[in-house]
Amino acid sequence: MKKTDNMVWRSFASVRLALFTLLILATTSIIGTLIPQKNPPEFYIENFGQRTAQFFQMLDVPDMYNSWWFITLLLLFSINLIVCTIDRLPNVWQMVVMNNLDTDPERLEKMPHRQVFHARGDAAALADTAATLLARNGWKAQTANKPGGPLLFSQKNAWSRLGVYAVHLSILVIFAGAIVGSTLGFKAGIMLPEGRETDTVYETGTGKPLPLGFTLRCDNFNVSFYADGATPKEFRSDLSVLENGKVTIDKRPIIVNDPLNYKGITFYQSSYEPMQGFNVVITNKTTKTRQTFQIPFGQKISWTEGGIDFGVINQEVRSRMGDVNRLKVWFFDGQGEPSIFWMDNNATQTVSRPTAAYEFEASQVYATGLQVAKDPGVWTVYAGCLLMLIGLYVAFFLSHRRIWVYIAREEAADRCRILVCGATSKNKIAFEKEFTALVDSFTHDSTFQNA
Amino acid sequence: MNSSQLLGITTFAYLFSAMLYIAIFVFRAKKLGLFATLVTVAAFLINTAGIGLRWQESYQAGIGYAPLSNMYESLVFFAWAIAIFYLGLEWKHKNRVLGAFSMPFAFLSMAYASFSPKFGKEIKPLIPALQSNWLIAHVITCFVGYAAFAVACGMGIMYLIKDRKTNAAPESLLASLPELKVIDDIIHKTLVFGFLWLSAGIITGAVWANSAWGTYWSWDPKETWSLITWFVYAATLHARFTRGWGGRRIAWLAVLGFISVIFTYYGVNFLLSGLHSYGGN
Repeated sequence: MKKTDNMVWRSFASVRLALFTLLILATTSIIGTLIPQKNPPEFYIENFGQRTAQFFQMLDVPDMYNSWWFITLLLLFSINLIVCTIDRLPNVWQMVVMNNLDTDPERLEKMPHRQVFHARGDAAALADTAATLLARNGWKAQTANKPGGPLLFSQKNAWSRLGVYAVHLSILVIFAGAIVGSTLGFKAGIMLPEGRETDTVYETGTGKPLPLGFTLRCDNFNVSFYADGATPKEFRSDLSVLENGKVTIDKRPIIVNDPLNYKGITFYQSSYEPMQGFNVVITNKTTKTRQTFQIPFGQKISWTEGGIDFGVINQEVRSRMGDVNRLKVWFFDGQGEPSIFWMDNNATQTVSRPTAAYEFEASQVYATGLQVAKDPGVWTVYAGCLLMLIGLYVAFFLSHRRIWVYIAREEAADRCRILVCGATSKNKIAFEKEFTALVDSFTHDSTFQNA
Repeated sequence: MNSSQLLGITTFAYLFSAMLYIAIFVFRAKKLGLFATLVTVAAFLINTAGIGLRWQESYQAGIGYAPLSNMYESLVFFAWAIAIFYLGLEWKHKNRVLGAFSMPFAFLSMAYASFSPKFGKEIKPLIPALQSNWLIAHVITCFVGYAAFAVACGMGIMYLIKDRKTNAAPESLLASLPELKVIDDIIHKTLVFGFLWLSAGIITGAVWANSAWGTYWSWDPKETWSLITWFVYAATLHARFTRGWGGRRIAWLAVLGFISVIFTYYGVNFLLSGLHSYGGN
């Protein structure tokens, strides 16, 4: 049985099926925008009732874009694209590569755009004149000798007929990239306090631990705010990567929209969490000694060598998240009264003591929230996107335009009949203008007379 | 003179422009033609200056960003895109009746931006997620597409009005509208143009999402609705290219597609929740 006669093949190749899948995909996609996705089962019971929730679970509505039936629709869509391409591409390819000089002169008489001229003289010489006129209008012609006389042909953008197939292919390329990403990649997250390191991240949704294959350290995190004090201006983490105990990336700053990529795994700045504690640096300005601490809130800490006891005894919080705005420090070196003072977070305070002066630097400890993604398919997806845009441009705005000039000797008289004709794959109006310009230059040439 | 004043003037200038075009259509006041075009060009230039000045003001305020980052600014840019798209259409087709069905969209967009109490007009600093050059590429590509779809919808309405009475007397109102065949062609070309830009808009959005969050597609309501819109127009173009649909059916689909655009743009921000929620204020 020929494939063209096969009912199943025909229906998979049909535009009717394409329209059907496009509209079904469009309408079913709405569901997931109305019903919140990926919430725990209790959420649906609470909001929609026991029975509806059960019905939702049955149809995978809480995660509908990954459900068997939605994936089936996408699969149907892909099969439709593939079959339709296999079905039509050979004919279209034929149009692209065909030798238009083989065209039967009879068929030329039926072309949508035509003009007939007459001219006296030798057919070969007329063909040369015609070729010059064509070239002057931007049409580079080839010639063949037909039994009736010379035939000239010229075409532009024959390959533009493939544009629509490039678009179809691009969708399949994007799907392929998405499949590669979801099978070989992962999406994960990690909350990493300053100064800590990790070699494991946790998969989004399942919480499954995933080994990185190297160690990631957060050296520092900073959040800055605009003058209004409420709108965050920048989240910045300094990340280091260690492999076999060696630092391979040293304190690379990342911000939102500028992630760190290491060995195919990308770390995105996504959130942060203020912790109950402070990074403190104390410098004895007299002896030039210096010590760094990470201290919890509300505990007395001792710097034995420096002979100092200190602690953060109060804090003023900016947001519900617990960002500290100011902190109250208790500082004592065993002489006289202890110093107690308020200072800004992320600032340095000079502490004057009877026998020495100190610099006290304090900043709240943060944990940086990182999104971690490995997606080996993303460049395939991007290539598909680029192919789609190029394909759409070609499919919509370029057309395959063809011009024939057939110079036929007339037996009765000492003259030739010249047929100028053309066809375009689309955008007839623009082609008509181009064709008219060509015909005009024939008309204005004294060799040719309008029929 | 500040940008709010300029954009306020823009609103009224578009209103005036829309009224002139409607007058040309309803009263067959062809004499107003050149004047209507000049008013539209002036309105467009004021709109451009308003956007430019707002850009400069944001730098003076020490923030410095392209004014395309919230609902107000996007509506202003939407109006701008509709105006320039329409002016191109008028220039190409030498027909000013088209303005009666296009410029009202530019006015409505500006009016909504100016008068709705829902969104603030002040220049606000950008949160970290929005600090990206993809923002500019994404918003421009989307809104050029949306503008084309708005005009396609206007042309669709025009087609449906004209088609209701095909045998209208030659001196009747509808006779001044272009021939159905011509409107049909304009709708088709406008849809094709819009579809290319919508595709580019979705793609730039995906690339941006990937650089900010590590996921180019997360089925967030905004993404999903933009895809739904894309499906609707893809189906429309297939119906036309391969099944020869035209006329009333495509005109209706141009209207339907634009409803989907409006929902993607507006409905998602105010009726649904998701990643794109910063567009809402």
